[in-house]
Amino acid sequence: MTEDPLAVSTTPTASRNGAATDVVLAVDDLTVGFPSDDGLVQAVRGVSYELRGGEVLGIVGESGSGKSVTSLAVMGLLPGNAQVSGSVRFRGKELLGARESELNSVRGRSVAMIFQDPMTSLNPVYSIGYQIAEAVRAHHNVSKAAALDRATELLELVRIPNPRQRLENYPHEMSGGMRQRVVIAIAMANNPDVIIADEPTTALDVTVQAQIMDSLQLAQQETGAAMVLITHDLGVIAGQADRVMVMYAGKLVEVGTAEDVFYTPRMPYTVGLLGSLPRLDRPSERLTPIEGAPPSVVNMPPGCPFTPRCPLAVAVCEEIEPELAPTTGPGHLAACHRSEELVGASAGDVFDTDVVDTEALAHFVRENEGQS
Amino acid sequence: MREVAPTPETTPVPAPAAGQASVEREFTVAERSQAQLVLRRFLQHRAAMISLVVLIMVVLLAYVGGLLWHYQAGDITPDNSQPPSLDHPFGTDAVGKDQFAEVLRGTRISLQVAVSVAVFATVVGTIWGSLAGFFGGRTDSLLMRLADLILTLPLIAVAAMLAHNFGGTWYLIAVVIAVLYAPYVSRVSRGVVLSLREKEYIEAARALGATNTRIIVRHLVPNALGSILVNLTILVALAILLETALSYLGFGVQTPDTSLGLLVSQAQTALTTRPWLFYFPGLFIIVIALTINFIGDGLRDALDPQQRKVRQ
Amino acid sequence: MLAFAVRRILISIPILLLASFIVFALGVSSGNPLAPLLEKNPPAPPNVIAAETVRLHLDQPLIPRYFSWLAGLFHGDFGPSVVSTMNIGHELGARFWVTIRLIALAMVIALVLAVVVGVLSAVKQYTVTDYTTTFLGFLFLAMPSFWLAILLKQGGIEFNKAVDAQVIYTIGATSIPPPPGTGAQIVDVLGHMVLPTIALALISYASWSRFTRASMLEVMNSDYVRLARSKGLSRRTVMVKHALRTALIPLTTVTALDIASIIGGAVVTETVFQWKGMGDFLLTAIRTEDVYAASSWLLLTGVIVVMFNLIADLLYGVLDPRIRYA
Repeated sequence: MTEDPLAVSTTPTASRNGAATDVVLAVDDLTVGFPSDDGLVQAVRGVSYELRGGEVLGIVGESGSGKSVTSLAVMGLLPGNAQVSGSVRFRGKELLGARESELNSVRGRSVAMIFQDPMTSLNPVYSIGYQIAEAVRAHHNVSKAAALDRATELLELVRIPNPRQRLENYPHEMSGGMRQRVVIAIAMANNPDVIIADEPTTALDVTVQAQIMDSLQLAQQETGAAMVLITHDLGVIAGQADRVMVMYAGKLVEVGTAEDVFYTPRMPYTVGLLGSLPRLDRPSERLTPIEGAPPSVVNMPPGCPFTPRCPLAVAVCEEIEPELAPTTGPGHLAACHRSEELVGASAGDVFDTDVVDTEALAHFVRENEGQS
Repeated sequence: MREVAPTPETTPVPAPAAGQASVEREFTVAERSQAQLVLRRFLQHRAAMISLVVLIMVVLLAYVGGLLWHYQAGDITPDNSQPPSLDHPFGTDAVGKDQFAEVLRGTRISLQVAVSVAVFATVVGTIWGSLAGFFGGRTDSLLMRLADLILTLPLIAVAAMLAHNFGGTWYLIAVVIAVLYAPYVSRVSRGVVLSLREKEYIEAARALGATNTRIIVRHLVPNALGSILVNLTILVALAILLETALSYLGFGVQTPDTSLGLLVSQAQTALTTRPWLFYFPGLFIIVIALTINFIGDGLRDALDPQQRKVRQ
Repeated sequence: MLAFAVRRILISIPILLLASFIVFALGVSSGNPLAPLLEKNPPAPPNVIAAETVRLHLDQPLIPRYFSWLAGLFHGDFGPSVVSTMNIGHELGARFWVTIRLIALAMVIALVLAVVVGVLSAVKQYTVTDYTTTFLGFLFLAMPSFWLAILLKQGGIEFNKAVDAQVIYTIGATSIPPPPGTGAQIVDVLGHMVLPTIALALISYASWSRFTRASMLEVMNSDYVRLARSKGLSRRTVMVKHALRTALIPLTTVTALDIASIIGGAVVTETVFQWKGMGDFLLTAIRTEDVYAASSWLLLTGVIVVMFNLIADLLYGVLDPRIRYA
């Protein structure tokens, strides 16, 4: 499953020619800002990545880290006041600043998107059959009947029972999980080369999440598309992604194969994220919270934005924001002044596990034992 | 503050207070109270601020300027049918009344009617709606059906009927109009009470053991105050328009009293020969209603920035 | 759908009955029909007053008076007028057709204008177009309807003077006497409608265009419009089929709720242009203490408002599949 680690390139020269034949999507130094009363909100600050055909790329980060804005920028769907710079190329074709008609030939046809909230993603006044057929007919000159046949086929693929009858349903007549499958069907409609899934399971019940992830995997296999899977849930990424990018405060802070990032993280934030994830393979380990909240991305101070929350922070972290640099291998990059020191460290070593908290837990355990 | 709200992830956060950024890295955002935020947003609403200044000037002109002006309303000057001049900025009418003084007096009366209506209708309507929302059930449907019924009738027609029977003086006109606007306020305040009752933070407060009084004082009133205040401004604008229309039709303020509407009404026959009699009172009505609407708009934006996108 | 309509009409009946009592009470309390006789100089002889009291049912208490009025309504009797020769029902019916054409045309124009302007300022949010239309909207909201109407009328008079011909009609709903021939009469009626319709439409359009703008903006920021765009649909398709189609649904309700105030606006507009419509009927009724005429006028307006709301409800159900006729 693992792709060539070199597929991720943060050096502008490597991606500029876009020569690597199977690179479908190349994002280079993407920067997005929103003007506000209080200054420019720097939602995305110089993100670069390449996506190869059929590859699954996971983007992880907290709310506000800029992961959704990055993908909206790729689709050209940011609100009009957004200030975007850098480059987004689909198969070598520049999308940033492209004309609306050019973008429309790519949207849905080559790059499709799945949004977070299935409850609001579908238009309440049109039947789902209409909304799927519309996606087909946007790029193929086929009759309505043929488009509806295709819609039936797609609903069947995402495992919606009685697809024929379901075509006439309106969104409000379906559950959230069903609706998200319809959205996935819409994304699959034109066999795109890239599917961007923006937190596809976040708004759903835990019980439905796994089913949706299955549908998504199926969609990806069926269409052979590369997929960008955006989530704040490392657990979702773990089983699916070939490569993982970690975002913090609008920047990539660690990039690598899933193995690299999960087993040899080289950025304290990644370590912290992993430490806050319950793991069945190491049940005895304490969960380590990352104290504090992500920084405001307005008027950012110099230095590494993770500094205030970082247990390893030293003087240089306050001054200079580290660049992504190779660590364990050429494809495994991290942006940390002290990434060397993380070799072999576990989350428990890096982050304090609160003593009082431990005592409280021990007390709680004793009480429960006493009862049973 | 006027851009489209971006995705939740990028919702702009208020900026740090000047000079604070380097001290506290993690929280570059100064803490502000709700009142400070509202005030700040209102002060930044340019149309509302300009309107506020203009409105204050109009009010000062009507009340203070009227006293200082060298003619009083009702004075008959030797100049009749004069176009605007330095001595008579708004001209004079056929019998020589200085129109500047007349318009200022009309403004005073129209403002008095409008403000009385707004206050009275707000008090009655808020009690009406809160009772309906609070008690629910049969009381609710009875009170609200009554409100619906009154609202299905053209206000101006009902106001004309009532005013014909009771009216003439400005405060009676104010009472009539206020009674007719009260159901409108009642609908709004009932909605506020109902929606607040369901809000999680009220439930949370209740779960934390807050008393009813505390919930009302700390949560309900501050949250309802916003909509009530916005409605109050809308009412002032609506009332001034209804009063002038009523006076124009001949069922509002009667001579020897005057109002801006009555002045326009008296001037319409002389529009060709003495157009200034028509334009100035009309202009005052527009300026007052316009500025109040902008102030209301600014208040609404300031109180509820999320609602900005969906306001009417 | 049909069942829903029938049910909805059945619900309207008790509301209308209750409304009929309220409008009756309002109407009869609007004046004393005997006042003109009593204030006459010399006063009318007592036997005339006594006869009028009986003819106008003033000898009965309110409730029986209401029921006899209500009973009369069912066979087209709207009660006695102070003008003994006037049949309130006939007169009001004639006035209704004069006014309803003004209201209907003004509403259609106002709606078209509101949608065009509202969509334009939403699509071009925070541009000069948006700010201009927003300011104009606020201006029309703040403008007294009679003042605007008088201004338009004066404009028409000046224009006629300038071209030295009666091009724009400024007085009345028709020419008196009407011109010969059906075609000429239609042109005559339409010509008289121009200015009053503009006046009434301008007053009504402002709040609707603000509403359309807000509704449109909300929908344009919605997830489903974003999904529609991500399908690669053209901007035009997204705007018309997804944004506009959905944004306009709540406008039906808003329009219906405003119908009462439009009738009120029509009263004022008709007064300015001296139409013999429902407005003149109402004002004359109040001035001459013609209480049954006033009650009947209110009742007719109430029926119009209820009808419009019924139509809006049915339309809403057709436009929005989330509404079930269950």
